Amino acid sequence: MNHLVIAPLLLPLLTGIALILMRGSANPMRRTLNIASTLVLVAFTIALLLQATDGSVQVYRLGDWSAPFGIVLVADRLAALMVVITAVLAAAVLLHAARGSDRDGRYFHVLFQMQLFGLNGAFLTGDLFNLFVFFEVLLIASYGLLLHGGGPLRTRAGLHFVVINLVGSTLFLFAVGALYGVLGTLNMADLARQAATVAADDIGAVRAAGLLLFAVFALKAALAPMHLWLPGAYGHTSLPVAAMFAIMTKVGAYAILRVYSLVFGADSGPVADLLDPWLLPLALLTVVVGTIGLLASRRLAQQAAYLVIVSAGTLLTAFGIGSDVAIAAGLYYLAHTTFAAAALFLLADIIGHARGEVGDDLVAGPVLPRPQLFGGLFLVTCVAVAGIPPLSGFVGKFLILQSSVSTPWLYWVFGVLLATSLLTIMALARSGSRLFFATDDTAATAAAPRDLDLTGVASLITAGVILVVFADPVYEFARDAAMQLLRPDAYIAAVLPGVAP
Amino acid sequence: MEVLVSLVIAVLTACGVYLSLRARTFPVVLGLTLLSYAVNLFLFVTGRLVLGAPPIIEAGRSVYADPLPQALVLTAIVISFGMTAFVVILALRARAELGIDHVDGKEGTQR
Repeated sequence: MNHLVIAPLLLPLLTGIALILMRGSANPMRRTLNIASTLVLVAFTIALLLQATDGSVQVYRLGDWSAPFGIVLVADRLAALMVVITAVLAAAVLLHAARGSDRDGRYFHVLFQMQLFGLNGAFLTGDLFNLFVFFEVLLIASYGLLLHGGGPLRTRAGLHFVVINLVGSTLFLFAVGALYGVLGTLNMADLARQAATVAADDIGAVRAAGLLLFAVFALKAALAPMHLWLPGAYGHTSLPVAAMFAIMTKVGAYAILRVYSLVFGADSGPVADLLDPWLLPLALLTVVVGTIGLLASRRLAQQAAYLVIVSAGTLLTAFGIGSDVAIAAGLYYLAHTTFAAAALFLLADIIGHARGEVGDDLVAGPVLPRPQLFGGLFLVTCVAVAGIPPLSGFVGKFLILQSSVSTPWLYWVFGVLLATSLLTIMALARSGSRLFFATDDTAATAAAPRDLDLTGVASLITAGVILVVFADPVYEFARDAAMQLLRPDAYIAAVLPGVAP
Repeated sequence: MEVLVSLVIAVLTACGVYLSLRARTFPVVLGLTLLSYAVNLFLFVTGRLVLGAPPIIEAGRSVYADPLPQALVLTAIVISFGMTAFVVILALRARAELGIDHVDGKEGTQR
């Protein structure tokens, strides 16, 4: 077996445990270990991605028990892509947090590694119950990270976030239980096989469980009308943490893509294409609702939070169209939007610190030190986020629009995405002019940030630029990943070698 | 027995949903606890109800209880226990920091 598949799980877990044991040591030591481990994780995940490029599905049987009796980890193209995005994002966020905000709480580094453990596990697991367990791992780490730094507003946002996610976990268990009760398995490849041949009496139960699962994943992905928790949670936590959370809504989107292409995909007979009537309309609604929130925001961080909702909607629009080109476009957009949204959160953090008491509120504040540099960074980030040429947001949105051309949804997708893009540009332009032009000359300026403070933002913007420069190979890879998802035979055969398809 | 068990799950779920929609943190925590009880029972019975059957292979027996839901329910109990402990502490901290046990941190408009 290829042990590289389990490396993205073991590394954060072991580092996290080591960091707990090191809690008495100085912060710089723990910080160094955390950064080193995350950089090694980037290397591991890229190696995994290179192995997945040829289309092989790597299966890792835990304890060498064969599926469906044992638990498996599966690394196909999609899973490998997701762990690479996670690792790169984590490294950039950590470089930013290492400039000081990691000192606000004692267990930041431990929780950060546990969050990575949960995220990588959720992307790599091939078992539905294990997906639940890894969701819980990443959630309990995120509860701790969300409260990092403290404060009454943060505590209130944390309480809401925890309660809604506990309800979500309960629904997840109900759905998992119902699927097991009817189909007698929890291995996703085996579920796909069993669902295709489900008895007529049980179709209703399987469909109900499938839609219940969709509700849970939609909650995690912040799909309207279940997006209401996100602005409070992301807008009130510490901004480096919010930047890391940019990947969390993508876990929901990933789970939707995985489960509904594999278990409830086109080959699944009586339960095929379960989501078709729901996903695309709700995704477009999410884009609209997110944009309205964006226009009404009064803080840059709140705006970034609504942009996460808009991007979740755009992403699920692509997945909702569901053709291979649309899913490929969605995967490209997913990589872009994770980096761009995180860059905006980190920039809001830096700008908020530089403006002193006013923070990142969109009101007249002191003149920013080094306005050209900050204005330039803000402009570049906003161009990427809003989807204006020449940065990655444009490529992503263009691919999504292009994939909708030959579908009946053409006018809806074009209308909603283009109109909301215009409104996004307006909202961000207004924020830019409030932050950089409408200054209050009497207010005292805060200390100018140093160049090293910009490492995180700069590396995320670089990642975005790389996505544009290598748009063609990245898109080709995304296209292959989409093909692999839409033809799950190879996945099922790799997980269950002894069983005829 | 099936009817009784499903009624118990239904009542627990209904009470859990009702309580978790309340405006004070204490009923919300209780509601979440009831919901997790309901789901644990539900998971347990997905292996079907059998009486006096062993979950592992034993000589001379032909009827077995499904061992997997028992393992699942154990995991679910551990996780929900941990989460409940966390939410209790968080609710206490919210009470201390916000000075009120309303979930929104301030008194809603009373009718």
